Amino acid sequence: MNAHQWLELVLFLGALVLVTKPLGLYLGRVFDASARTWLDPVMRPLEKFTYRILRVDPAKEQGWKQYTFALLVFSLVSLLFTYAILRLQQYLPLNPQHFGALSEHLAFNTAVSFTTNTNWQSYAGESTMSYLSQMVALTIHNFFSAAVGLAVAAALVRGIARHTAATIGNFWVDVTRITYYLLLPVCLVFALVLVSQGMIQNFKPYTAATVIEPQTISVQITDANGKGLVDAKGNPVMTNQVVSTQSIVQGPMASQVAIKMLGTNGGGYTNANAAHPFENPTPLSNFLQMLALLCIGSALTYHLGRETKNQKHGWSVWTAMFAMCLAGVLVCWWAEAKGNPIHQQLGVAVAGGNMEGKEVRFGVFDSALFATVTTDASCGAVNSMHDSFTPLGGLVPLFNIQTGEVIFGGVGAGLYGMLIFVVLTVFIAGLMVGRTPEYLGKKIESYDVKMVLLAFVILAFVILGFTAWASVSNWGTSSLANQGPHGLSEMLYAYTSGAGNNGSAFAGLNANTPWWDTTLGVDMLVGRFGMIVPLLALAGSLARKKSVPASAGTFPVSGFTFVALLFGTVILVGALTFLPALALGPIVEHFLMLKGNLF
Amino acid sequence: MSAKSASIFDARILLPALGDTFRKLDPRLMVKNPVMFVTLVGAAISTVEIFRSPGQTGFVLQIAIWLWFTVLFANFAEAVAEGRGKAQAKSLRATRTRTSANKIAGTGKIETVDADSLRQGDVILVRATEIIPADGEIIAGAATVDESAITGESAPVIREAGGDRSAVTGGTRVLSDEIKIQITANPGEGFLDRMIALVEGASRQKTPNEIALTILLAALTIVFLLAVVTLKPLGIYSGVNFSNAVLIALLVCLIPTTIGGLLSAIGIAGMDRLLQKNVLAMSGRAVEAAGDVDVLLLDKTGTITLGNRQAAAFLPATGVTEPELADAAQLASLADETPEGRSIVVLAKNFGIRARTIHELPGAQFIPFTAQTRMSGVDVEGKQIRKGSANAIRQFTGGMLPADIEKIVEAISLSGGTPLVVATRERALGVIHLKDIVKGGLADRFKRFRAMGIRTVMITGDNPLTAAAIAQEAGVDSFLAEAKPEDKLALIRHEQTGGRMVAMIGDGTNDAPALAQADVGVAMNTGTQAAKEAGNMVDLDSNPTKLLEIIEIGKQLLITRGSLTTFSIANDVAKFFAIIPAMLMVTFPVIAPLNIMRLHSPNSAILSAVIFNALIIIALIPLALRGVKFRPLGAVEILRRNLLIYGIGGVIVPFIGIKAIDVVIAGLQLA
Repeated sequence: MNAHQWLELVLFLGALVLVTKPLGLYLGRVFDASARTWLDPVMRPLEKFTYRILRVDPAKEQGWKQYTFALLVFSLVSLLFTYAILRLQQYLPLNPQHFGALSEHLAFNTAVSFTTNTNWQSYAGESTMSYLSQMVALTIHNFFSAAVGLAVAAALVRGIARHTAATIGNFWVDVTRITYYLLLPVCLVFALVLVSQGMIQNFKPYTAATVIEPQTISVQITDANGKGLVDAKGNPVMTNQVVSTQSIVQGPMASQVAIKMLGTNGGGYTNANAAHPFENPTPLSNFLQMLALLCIGSALTYHLGRETKNQKHGWSVWTAMFAMCLAGVLVCWWAEAKGNPIHQQLGVAVAGGNMEGKEVRFGVFDSALFATVTTDASCGAVNSMHDSFTPLGGLVPLFNIQTGEVIFGGVGAGLYGMLIFVVLTVFIAGLMVGRTPEYLGKKIESYDVKMVLLAFVILAFVILGFTAWASVSNWGTSSLANQGPHGLSEMLYAYTSGAGNNGSAFAGLNANTPWWDTTLGVDMLVGRFGMIVPLLALAGSLARKKSVPASAGTFPVSGFTFVALLFGTVILVGALTFLPALALGPIVEHFLMLKGNLF
Repeated sequence: MSAKSASIFDARILLPALGDTFRKLDPRLMVKNPVMFVTLVGAAISTVEIFRSPGQTGFVLQIAIWLWFTVLFANFAEAVAEGRGKAQAKSLRATRTRTSANKIAGTGKIETVDADSLRQGDVILVRATEIIPADGEIIAGAATVDESAITGESAPVIREAGGDRSAVTGGTRVLSDEIKIQITANPGEGFLDRMIALVEGASRQKTPNEIALTILLAALTIVFLLAVVTLKPLGIYSGVNFSNAVLIALLVCLIPTTIGGLLSAIGIAGMDRLLQKNVLAMSGRAVEAAGDVDVLLLDKTGTITLGNRQAAAFLPATGVTEPELADAAQLASLADETPEGRSIVVLAKNFGIRARTIHELPGAQFIPFTAQTRMSGVDVEGKQIRKGSANAIRQFTGGMLPADIEKIVEAISLSGGTPLVVATRERALGVIHLKDIVKGGLADRFKRFRAMGIRTVMITGDNPLTAAAIAQEAGVDSFLAEAKPEDKLALIRHEQTGGRMVAMIGDGTNDAPALAQADVGVAMNTGTQAAKEAGNMVDLDSNPTKLLEIIEIGKQLLITRGSLTTFSIANDVAKFFAIIPAMLMVTFPVIAPLNIMRLHSPNSAILSAVIFNALIIIALIPLALRGVKFRPLGAVEILRRNLLIYGIGGVIVPFIGIKAIDVVIAGLQLA
């Protein structure tokens, strides 16, 4: 924890503050179909053309049910589209490596994963996906799933800001404008910046490089059908093979990485994700990628404040997020910098902390910061292996996801997730000041409480339910690379990451099995739409309500008390729900590590 | 009311409550409260577990016993709250005000009967100073009637047979003359009895906030159920065999049993506290709405000012000294039993004039106020002294009043007061300034309401000048002058369109539409049947300032619920630290540092948490029934204070409590 690293932390958080207001103002223009932006000369004709094709009247808004229906139809159609491409990969162009079709379960898992903005990857991109699959099947979802998340946030903010209104916006208009005016142009610029840092962007086949030190590895002999040969005792028949060439990944990477970060998708082009030298070439690219994944979530709080004419509220929500972010970074950084006591006792510890699973170029600090922010948001891109973090260091990303990724959060999802906690906070605080709880002039009644809690309970249900099921099933435990509490953390992390639409993995888990692919697919679907539907219902309900003017008797949703209470609610509710499970995972593991046991 | 002094733990309430405690174990009743229903099921399962836990029988037995206690304690809280309501209703029935009436029988004979026995069509006689027992129609005579309680106008009005001024309202007082009234509405119409049934009735409906809170508690219960149920398979994976009894113990400790167990008791107690203030709420919804009120409409008369005007100054005519005027005014008022008349006598004492009694003036002949002359006075020592309105005195003195008197009269009118001219047949002596007297302490009270964000609006039939003067003196935020009933209704609607909640108190027929429109409408018991039907609360004392107390009780109700919810959830932190290490200790002894309370053994830790969880319900019953202390502060201060007490306190208290119980358990070697 040296001065240089502190400086980088201050720079990073400072940049986040600076970008919040201008981007927040711009978001307001993007979400307002009648507002003008400087991109109008280019994008307006395209936008109008899109409406004509979709037969959408941009002036006509939708009620929450219509909005939700449009959203679900759109997601289903795009999910099926991706599934089809992945299943037919071998017949489609732009496949220089001649990759075959994905299995049913992997295609299902992947299609769901990208549709839900999760980008959980049960495969290694460079050895599975053709360029077409990467660029069309997956990348469109990087845009669309981000646009859908932002659209939900925009609709919810409208619901809060409006009163006695029947509509919450037009889904088609929202998605179109977000894609054309926000995601595409920003990504274009961002991709160029990344290329300037050395990131690749081409259509070349993979390069074969001759390695300097050829290695001999032992592999099983296969027959003509590709089946491994076994001897009479059932043991595999092995042979030595000399490896003298290495295949180096190529392809359209920068375009994919830009939206992967900005849209908090997180699906790596390569399996190593942001730890790969091509996918994260320089310290600057590392810095910018982290900033890109938090900036929209941060700006949305400004948008919330502006739309509801209560800028203090926007900044208060921001402050609560910021405080949690900072706390997470510090805990994770501290735990990793402290390192592994066993390594230290053995005299094999490297200077600067726990370096297992970390890219040497980034070191402990950049890895801890990246791990924290990627789970603050529902991004899931990684530049280190979370699996190799110390128990407490790894607890931070896990806990971040379990509290719902509300610390700036996924694009849109972070804000609408945080609003669940805001409504809960306001409800309890409202009772405590002796009035029917109000949120920005809207009375919070039983229907609203029901919707908010439905979204919350669903999340806990899939995470805990699937983890418990997997932990006592053969299909669950046979995929584990580690036993004991660490294995439990791996399973818990997987379902948490899926339901939270994060997509980062603790790794150490072979998830590409029919059971894991399918259960994780369901986990991601429920985690995404089980949250979106109740929250759009909440948006509709809030929009319909009359607005009550604030008075001295109203609990103000800004200021220190509110921030502290919101902070406390997020931490306490998250902790109370998951602490029993966490106790058996990382917490026990931590104490075991202190006693010298590793897994 | 006798029940007012009843303590929280009164044997007359507690003994019947004990019986109800067990009657409430009926699962069909329990299921309405999801938190306690889960506890009940947990208690039942753990009872079965006693026989399935060889070697742990004693421990599981104790867990089961305390889980049953948890359920019973919650039932007990509700039973005690209901018992208090029933006791209230009983004393209400006994102390109901019984007015009597002079009923004119068919034979023409007058008999004194109980007002409640009057029926529509009966004819009664009401004399001066008597209260008209019920709504009716004057069939003979004319009288001045003080209707200030209904109309808000402090000057007496004239009611007479025939024409459109023949209707009289129950609860108004006849000041002079006597009238025959035909009753048009059965007094009470079993009204009070219906109210009593409502108070006693078990058919209590949950209020909107209570429903929302129940949903929150149910959701928390589901989440904890998930967390605990999934712990079993996760334990199997980890090689820990969690026994069912321990898992149930964890579950019951985590779900919000404290607030879940006390929730209905808090609601019932809120209605009850209103009753102690002699206010009947027709529904819990109304009590809750009272806490949300943004605007208070207050009638001037009776609420802001004392019901009647009082003499404030003697303003003599040129050539007359103040004591001379005071002397004449007092003489003219000696037989005047109206509050105004008495106030003149009292004021005159300030000028060294002792109050004479009527008997000291044997030759004097007192002239009472009548609706015809509109003057009162005395004929003594050859002088005819009269006091009355400027108009009446003009007629008495035969035409004009001196210019200086006219000037004084005008000045008093402008200042919002009422001028009363004192004169002999020969000349006007001067003017008595009658003034509305603002009740003491109101300005301060309105200030507190302002701090809570509640705006006060004074409604009066007076002209704007008078209204403004009184409004300023009373410290209300605004006023509505020369208000007609429809103006009141329009004002309420206007405020409601702006999203505000309006409370008002009223009692006349003309108030009924406004009472119905207001979010919280408090009708006075003296008011008309129509008003009582229209409002959602009835104030048995007919004290208009009650509205302020009603609002405080409404707020207190919500604050109590919110605070205990916070307390209940905050308690979980300590329970986690007690139970989780205890559950894992056997398999993972390394987790010992998490046992930060240094509890004696895993079993004693779990048992201590369960016992604490049960006892805290009993410990908080008084608070639930009494309500969290309400302070008229702004929202932020109230929240900070309650967060500190029930949030931070809720985290700390169980650490101390569980540790203390653990010490006792270890000492007694129970686990």
